[in-house]
Amino acid sequence: MSKPLIDLIAEAKRDNQPGRLTEAVPYARFMGLSMHHVAGELLGRLTYADMLVGNPALPALHGGAIGALLESTAIFQLLWEAETVVLPKTIGITVEYLRSGRPVDTWARGILTRQGRRVANVRVEAWQDDRVRPIAIAHSHFLIVPGPDGEEGASA
Amino acid sequence: MPEPRDRSHEVARLAMINRQFHTVVPHNRALGLEIAELGDGDARMRLPYSPDLVGNPDTGVLHGGAITSLMDACCGAAVFMRLTMPVPIATLDLRIDYLRPADPGRDVLAHASCFRITRNVAFVRGVAYHDDEDDPVAAAAGTFMLATSPGRTRSKP
Repeated sequence: MSKPLIDLIAEAKRDNQPGRLTEAVPYARFMGLSMHHVAGELLGRLTYADMLVGNPALPALHGGAIGALLESTAIFQLLWEAETVVLPKTIGITVEYLRSGRPVDTWARGILTRQGRRVANVRVEAWQDDRVRPIAIAHSHFLIVPGPDGEEGASA
Repeated sequence: MPEPRDRSHEVARLAMINRQFHTVVPHNRALGLEIAELGDGDARMRLPYSPDLVGNPDTGVLHGGAITSLMDACCGAAVFMRLTMPVPIATLDLRIDYLRPADPGRDVLAHASCFRITRNVAFVRGVAYHDDEDDPVAAAAGTFMLATSPGRTRSKP
């Protein structure tokens, strides 16, 4: 990768192309995670693929795949909205699983609940066909200060 | 006293469980997750490092989502190892604290223990680490719902 990720993100924001956010992240491509503008909102999408299934008997999506959608959407929402010059590092995420994820596309919306000087809190909801029946909700918090590598948190 | 186990039997048993685990759970197979060890209410799993799972291409550090899948799978396996009869389980909630970034290029291991189980709910905690469990990359706490199968319940409320 020639350009640093933070520069690619700045370009995507400047050109108002949220789809480019995920193209630069190998894990997002692998999972089929993408970001879209839908009716004025930035939404995350996990495109259904058989490899995302955790329980084929139901069938249901893997809890980790739903968690990945929630965490990615939170990070991209934060990058899109906040004037951060560093990649947010995830300090923690709590996922509540409300319904099993059926084998269809899943959408997510992140709300930046608080942005402090060092920490940002993001709440995320994921749903499938019916937005008022979320399949999972996450609370997450991120470190958004530049600092020496390898201190706290996982890198975005 | 547990009988001393022949290690070759143990390896063969794990290989068989891993085959089933991969056949049964497509996402675990996609991530390359492997069961490393199983005990009573206890599981250890390995997430092999892969460039596909990188979250930050500048550093090569794995994405948190891959760690979440590892912890979800490992915590679930720990619950299974605590069940007296196999019933489907579903994650109710999972909290992950990222204590430090995973080292690029290195496999991540997870160790989870189910420390309490009731008729409906199982409680689990676990860590993710490279080679020293006392120097974890992430810590997890989860609760799982146990499915009720009508006509097969062990006792009335």
